[in-house]
Amino acid sequence: MRIIKAETIHDAVVDLVLTAARYLPDDVKQAIADARENESSESAREVLGQLLENADLAAESGLPLCQDTGVGVFFVEMGDQVHVEGNLPEIINKAMVEGYEKGLLRKSLCHPLTRVNTRDNSPAVVHVDIVPGDKIKIKHMAKGGGSENMSRCTMLTPAQGWEGIKDFVIRRMAEAGPNPCPPTVIGVGIGGTFDLAPALAKKALFRPLSEPNPDPELAAMEEELLAEINKLGIGPMGLGGNTTSLGVKIEMRPCHIASLPLAVNVQCHSSRIKEVEI
Amino acid sequence: MATYELTAPLKDEDVKQLKAGDVVKLTGTIYTARDAAHKRLCDMLDNGEELPFELEGAVIYYVGPSPAPEGRPIGSAGPTTSYRMDTYAPRLHSLGVKATIGKGKRNADVCKAMEEHTGVYFGATGGAGALLSQCIDEAEVIAFDDLGPEAIRKLTVTNFPLLVVNDSHGNEQYAKPNYEF
Repeated sequence: MRIIKAETIHDAVVDLVLTAARYLPDDVKQAIADARENESSESAREVLGQLLENADLAAESGLPLCQDTGVGVFFVEMGDQVHVEGNLPEIINKAMVEGYEKGLLRKSLCHPLTRVNTRDNSPAVVHVDIVPGDKIKIKHMAKGGGSENMSRCTMLTPAQGWEGIKDFVIRRMAEAGPNPCPPTVIGVGIGGTFDLAPALAKKALFRPLSEPNPDPELAAMEEELLAEINKLGIGPMGLGGNTTSLGVKIEMRPCHIASLPLAVNVQCHSSRIKEVEI
Repeated sequence: MATYELTAPLKDEDVKQLKAGDVVKLTGTIYTARDAAHKRLCDMLDNGEELPFELEGAVIYYVGPSPAPEGRPIGSAGPTTSYRMDTYAPRLHSLGVKATIGKGKRNADVCKAMEEHTGVYFGATGGAGALLSQCIDEAEVIAFDDLGPEAIRKLTVTNFPLLVVNDSHGNEQYAKPNYEF
C-alpha cells in the first residue's frame, strides 16, 4: 500500500484551482483560434478574437479568465493500492477554499433558499472512483453557473433510441441559444440511472477536445451531434456563425431494460479543466 | 450598423437612436446588480424605501466581479446571463432605468417594457471578464455589502465595449436558430 500525505494532495489541489482559473487549456485555445479562421461573419470573428485576447491577458495578469470562477468540481480516480492520510473529500475542499482565497477567485456558492453566500466557495463537489493501481488522479473543473443552468436530463423510452437522443440534445441547444456563452462544449451522458447520467455527462467534459471517444461508433455519434449543433447557426455569443459548439463528448454505460437515461451538460467556451496525477 | 460613444447616465435621445447591431462605447457611471441585489431592490420598492442609487437614466450591469487585486479597482468583470433578471427588469425600466448590460436572451415582457419606456439591452462578451475589467476605472460598493460578489457597486467605466442586442423599437440582434420548435 502506497501512503500519500494529506499535504501532498492539498498542495496539488491548490495548484489545480489556481491554474484552471487563469489558463485556458491549449486545446480549447487552439479550437477557438481555428474557429476564428473558419468564420466568415465579422461579429463571430470579433467575439472569438476577444476570447483569445482575454486568455492571453488572464495568463499574463493572473486575473481569472471569467469572473464566474465556478463551483469547484473534482473527479478523483483513486488507486486501490493507495492510502491517503486523512479524509480525501475534506482535504480537497480545504485546498479548494485556500486556492479560491489565494487566487482572488469569486466565491459563488450560496444557500439555495436564503441565497446567503457561503463566503469561501465551499463545498466542493467531489466524485471518487476506485481504480486499480497505486496512483491517484485528480481532475478539476471550475464550473460556471450560466452554462450549468442550460444543462438538462431526461428519461427517454428505449424505443426513442439514438434518434430520440439526437432530438433532445439539438433541441436543448437550440433553446439555450446565446445563454450558455457559445461556442460551447457539450457533455452527453447516456445510460446508467437517473443520478448517473448527469455524472457521465460531466465526466465526458474532461476529455480533451482533440480526443474523440475511443469507441468508433460513439466517436461517429459525437461528430454527428457536433455537425447538427453547428448547423443551428447560433454562433459565438449567439450573434450568428458556424461555431456554436467546439466539441461533443459522449460517455455511455448500460442501463435498465425499461430506461434510456440521458443528460446534457453544457460547458461554456471557457472550459477550465486541469488534472494532476500523484 | 453604427458606432456610438455614449455617456451614462443615459437620456431618452441617447437610447432612441440605437438600433440592434450597433456598437456602443460607454463611458461614465453604471451600477452592478444581479440576482440577489435585484430581489432586494424590488423588496425596497415594495416597502417604499429609498433605493441606493438613482434609477432615472441608470445603466445596470449584470455582473458579480471577482475580488480586486492590489492596485486594480476590480477583478474580472464580464456579464452574467440576463434572463434571470427578466422578473425585475420591466419594473425597473418603468421607473427610469435606461439600459441593462448582460448576455443572452430577454423575454417578451422585458422587450415590451423597453419599447414603452425607451430602454435598451446591451450585450457584452461573456467569458471575457479579464479583458472587460480593463475598461473599469473605479469601483465602490454602495449597498448590500453582505452579498459579497452580488453587492451593488458603482462603477466608473471608459469606452466599455457593448453591442445593442435589443433596441427600443422591438428589434433583436441574436441569430434565430435554424430549428423548428
